Amino acid sequence: MTARTGDKEGRWAWRLTGFITVCVYIFMFAPIIATVVLSFNSSMFGGFPMTGFSLQWYVKLLGNEQVLAAFRTSLWIAVVTAIVTTAVGLVTAFALVRFDFRGKQILSTLVILPALVPETILGVGLLVLIKAVDQPRTLLILVLGHILLAVPYVVLIVQARMVGVRRVYEEAALSLGASRLASFREITLPLLLPAVIAGALLAFTISFDNTSASLFWRPAGVETMPTQILSMLKISISPEINALGTVMILVTVGIPLIGGLILQSLTRLKRRGEPKEETQ
Amino acid sequence: MTKGWTLYDPRLAWMLVAPVLLLLIFFLLLPIAMMAVYTFFTFVTAGVEQGTLTVANWHEFFTDSYYHGFLLKTLRVGAMTALICGVFGYFPAYFIWATTFKHKWLLLLLLIVPFWISFTIRTFSWINILGEQGVINVTLLRLGLIHEPLQMLYTEGAVILGLLHFLLPYMILNVYVSLESIDRTLISAARSMGCTSAQAFREVTLPLSLPGLAAGLLLCFVLAAGSYVTPQLLGAGRDALFGNLIYDTIMGQLNWPMGATLSIVLFVVLGFFAAIYTRYMGMSQIVKGLGG
Repeated sequence: MTARTGDKEGRWAWRLTGFITVCVYIFMFAPIIATVVLSFNSSMFGGFPMTGFSLQWYVKLLGNEQVLAAFRTSLWIAVVTAIVTTAVGLVTAFALVRFDFRGKQILSTLVILPALVPETILGVGLLVLIKAVDQPRTLLILVLGHILLAVPYVVLIVQARMVGVRRVYEEAALSLGASRLASFREITLPLLLPAVIAGALLAFTISFDNTSASLFWRPAGVETMPTQILSMLKISISPEINALGTVMILVTVGIPLIGGLILQSLTRLKRRGEPKEETQ
Repeated sequence: MTKGWTLYDPRLAWMLVAPVLLLLIFFLLLPIAMMAVYTFFTFVTAGVEQGTLTVANWHEFFTDSYYHGFLLKTLRVGAMTALICGVFGYFPAYFIWATTFKHKWLLLLLLIVPFWISFTIRTFSWINILGEQGVINVTLLRLGLIHEPLQMLYTEGAVILGLLHFLLPYMILNVYVSLESIDRTLISAARSMGCTSAQAFREVTLPLSLPGLAAGLLLCFVLAAGSYVTPQLLGAGRDALFGNLIYDTIMGQLNWPMGATLSIVLFVVLGFFAAIYTRYMGMSQIVKGLGG
C-alpha cells in the first residue's frame, strides 16, 4: 500500500468521522431544542405542529404552587449539598494527595463507589437501614444522601488539580512561620480555586438533578423538582412540562456558564497582573 | 496543630478524611450490609417483615424465571447500549482530538452541557421527538409517507435511545481523555516509517486509546443496567428493567426482603463485571508499561 492511497483513505475516513460527529451532536441536542420550541406552542396538546407563539404555559407554571414548592425545596437541598460536599471533599482530596497513611488505597476506591453503584441500590440500601433502626425519612437524610452521591466527583476533580500543585509552595509557607491553616488558606486554596468552583457547581447540579435516589429517600409528601416532573408526566404530557423543562435548562445551564465566565475573566485579570509583578 | 505530630502525620490525615469516611460508612457500607441481612428476613405482609431468618427470598429468586427474564433483559439492554455508545462515541472523541478547528473547547463544552440539563428533562424530551405528535411522526405524516403515526415511544428501542442520549457524553469524554494522553510524535513516527494513515490508526492510536474505551464501556454498561427513570418514561410496562422491578417490589408491593434480595443481586452482578474489568485493565496496564 503506498502512502498516497493511504492519504486518500485517510481523507475519506476523516470525512466519515466528521459526519458521524455532526450526527451525534444533532442527536444530543435535537430533543432539547424540540422541547424549548414546543414550550412556546399555543396548542393545547404537548406536541407538534406549532399552532402559534404563546407564553401562556409559562404564566400557568408561575401559578402552579406545587411546582414552585418543589423548585424551592430542590434549590435549598442543592445549595446545602454543594457547600458541604465541597468542604468535605476538599479536605479529603487534600489528605489523599498529600498524606501517606494506612488504608489510603482502600479509602480512595471507596470514595468513588457512590458514583459507580446504581442509585436504585444506594436508594434501597439506605431505606432499609432507616427502616431497620426505625427512623423516619427526613430532609436531613435526603441532603446527606445527596452529599454521598456528589462526594466522588468533588474529590476526583480536586484531586486531579492538587496533583499538579507542588507541595513545596505549602512547605515554604510553613517554614516561613505560617500556620497549617494559613498555608492552606493562602497557598493551597487559591491554587485549587478553579477545581473547587467546578466541584461545587457539579455538586449543585448532581443534587438538583437527582431523581432515582430521591424517589426513595424523600420524606413523605416532599417533592423535589425531578420527582415533581415525574409525577406530572404520569398524568399527561402537557405543554406546561415543556415550559418547566425550558426554565430548568435555563437555571442549570445558566448557572455553571455564568460561573465559568466569571472564573475565566478572573484568571485573565490575574494573568494580566502577573508579568508586571515579575518585572518589578 | 498538635505538638509532637510530624508534618504529614497520619493522625491529621484521618482527621481530614473523617467526615467523608463517616458518611461512607453510614450511608454506603452499613446500608449495603443491612440490605444483605434483610434478604434473609421473612416477608409477612405488605410493609411488615419478621427477623426470623429464612432463605425463602433467595429460593424464590433462583427458581422463578420471572426474575431471570428481567435480569437477562437488563444485561442485554445494558450491553447493547454500551456497545452502540462505544461505536458512536469513538468517532466524535477522535474528531475532537484530531481536529485543527480553532474553537475545540466549544465542542468539548457542548459535551458537558447535557450533564447540566436535568436528566428527567433530557429523557422526557424524547417524547417530543418519538411521540405520536413528535417531530418524526408529524414530518412523515405531512410528507404523506405514512398514514398513521408510527409507534416508536414505549418500546425497547426508545429505552435504548434514551440511554444512549444519557450515556454518550460519558463515553466520548472517556475516550477523549485517553486519546489526549497519547504522545502525538508516535503517530508521526509511524507515518514517517511508511505507515498509511489507516495503519497508523490501527497500530498506534487505537490500541493506545483502548483503556479509555474500556472504561467508557464499563461505565455505560453499569449505568444503563442500573437505570430506573429512562425505562419508566420511555418504555412500556414490559420494557421495565431490573431497577424498576426493585422500585415496584419495595415501593409498590412493600415487600422489603424481596426488594433487598433483588438489589443485592443487581449489586453482585454489576460488581462481577466491574471486577472483570479491573482485572483486565490491570493486565493492559502492565502491557502498556512493558511496551512504553
